[in-house]
Amino acid sequence: MGLKIDLDLCTGCGACVSVCPFCALVQRAEDGKVEVNEACTACGACVEICPVGALSLSVEEKKVAAADLDAYRGLWVFAEQREGQIQEVAFELLGEGRLLADRLGVELGAVLLGHQVRELAGTLFEHGADKVYVVDHPALGTYTAEPYSEAMSALIRTYQPEIVLAGATSIGRGFIARVAIQVDAGLTADCTELDVDLEKRLLLQTRPAFGGNIMATIICPDHRPQMATVRPKVFKHPNPESGRTGDWIVESLDLKDPVVRVLEQVNAMKNEVNVAGAEFIVTGGRGLGAPENFKLMAELAEALGGAAVGASRAAVDAGWISSFHQVGQTGKTVRPKIYIACGVSGQIQHLVGMSSSDTIIAINKDPDAPIFGVADIGIVGDLFEVVPELIKALRR
Amino acid sequence: MHIVVCLKQVPNTTQVRINPETNTLVREGVESIVNPFDENALEMALQLKEAHPGTKVTALTMGPPQAAEVLKEAVGRGADSVMLLCDMAFAGSDTWATSYALSMAIRKMDPAPDLVLFGKQAIDGDTAQVGPGVADWLGLPCVAYSRRIEIADGKAIVERAYEDGYEKLEVPLPCALTVLKEANVPRMASLRGKMAAKRLVIEPMTAESIGADPAKLGLSASPTRVVKIFSPPPKTGGVKWQGEEPAVVARKLVDLMAERKLI
Repeated sequence: MGLKIDLDLCTGCGACVSVCPFCALVQRAEDGKVEVNEACTACGACVEICPVGALSLSVEEKKVAAADLDAYRGLWVFAEQREGQIQEVAFELLGEGRLLADRLGVELGAVLLGHQVRELAGTLFEHGADKVYVVDHPALGTYTAEPYSEAMSALIRTYQPEIVLAGATSIGRGFIARVAIQVDAGLTADCTELDVDLEKRLLLQTRPAFGGNIMATIICPDHRPQMATVRPKVFKHPNPESGRTGDWIVESLDLKDPVVRVLEQVNAMKNEVNVAGAEFIVTGGRGLGAPENFKLMAELAEALGGAAVGASRAAVDAGWISSFHQVGQTGKTVRPKIYIACGVSGQIQHLVGMSSSDTIIAINKDPDAPIFGVADIGIVGDLFEVVPELIKALRR
Repeated sequence: MHIVVCLKQVPNTTQVRINPETNTLVREGVESIVNPFDENALEMALQLKEAHPGTKVTALTMGPPQAAEVLKEAVGRGADSVMLLCDMAFAGSDTWATSYALSMAIRKMDPAPDLVLFGKQAIDGDTAQVGPGVADWLGLPCVAYSRRIEIADGKAIVERAYEDGYEKLEVPLPCALTVLKEANVPRMASLRGKMAAKRLVIEPMTAESIGADPAKLGLSASPTRVVKIFSPPPKTGGVKWQGEEPAVVARKLVDLMAERKLI
């Protein structure tokens, strides 16, 4: 199982210990030779580095008949809707899904769950879906994880797609992990890049790990479907083809009554621009120094004609602003036209969430701040001097 | 009431650096910590215990022997009992196999828990999949991204955050919930707790002792496989303006934005 260490070959050089991302290799006290512990994921990083070839991977592949895997065909996208609105991430996934489905030579399906949502299918066809699978049921009227996962699992068992993609949103991440258990499938979270191995029909799922410090490519060799979530704004919104249409599959399911009851819904961003879909974002970081200085960010946002206000983890953790504004690995991923980072140092976990913005402008006192590494325009200076001048210049 | 909190020991990813020459992870000096989001789950359990006398809090973790540290920390802060899953049979488990193993451990607990809490995600893997996964193995309802939890009349009243707001939910017990950072501020270990943690003797549980099916454990049972690990390509910045008057630099920036038709 997993990593094999040939202790006769091991020289105790320790090269593998330092490359293991999971702290799974330890040198024995007595002779410095290496032992592997439970944290090993058999990623193979150590195998490549070992100068004497003492490390090898042995993975007992499960004996799954190829025919079983071949029974699964087609790529599905979970078409997340909230209150009758298809969420932006669903369109982005249809765009990417279309490309992958064409390469695999299969149909692109969209899965629409809800109550009285059938008319939403049209826009899914226009954004690339060949088929729309609809489960229209009162139990799906307001999202709760249990009926959603029950419906999705039932569809997967019946129609057997080879790939299922969902947005890495509060809803998508909340129920899709249950689906993976129910249908015995592999699931990779928060992918930032998808590709296919056409020969083996494998989805190559690349995602950041360790707070964005490393990237990992993950496959799911002998389970189907291959499931992945993708963050909003990782892929671009495809151009819709007006009038494009496809097949409807309306599935009537006998779903259990929801056990979780929704008592109340509160939109906390009613009076604010949401960073998630914004074209312009002004982000404040630790350099703001105090919660009241977010007013300056709001002023700059207004001067830009209604930008959203974002925040780094440091600012959110300090309690200066609510986490709805947070950009980064543990916050939202954004892709605005202009991203202005003020007093944001640029920790890797922040960069992961914003580095694909079209134009990045950074204002920071520290000329060595990592944010300047991704900024198209970097201004070394005191944000409390530069930002007010910028507001003045913009208003002019 | 019996509350189980699942904790994970993780490397402090904010300390991880990339060696620019070899393009590999520099792990020297990176400490192991309790996953920060799990601290919020633990704090939630402890606050519920204070609000509901007679509640027992059990901390559960799976990992190498040194993962016992997170259980000691939990006892230091007020957890009543612990369970450590430690067996090479668990090695290489992905979220599917991990959630199976944790669910089997929870099934072993007596009394059966009324509430199972998780942090929203772990900072090393960032998947957010284990909490809902465990719930599914156990057949429990699950609410992810909880920012407030109250227990009354055998039900949990939970505020679940979504992208631009939150909703209030009523969830029957037993249930599983994943907890957000904004839910609370985790406490430090008390002196008395630290003493209790010091005295704590942890007998690790194995796959066999929790009655887990070996065919559902570890790397070979995990549907997903890591095939490649690499460092993201180093970023290169654009222009940098330094040492100019704020007013001058501001005008220059606005002109440039206008020129590029950004505004």
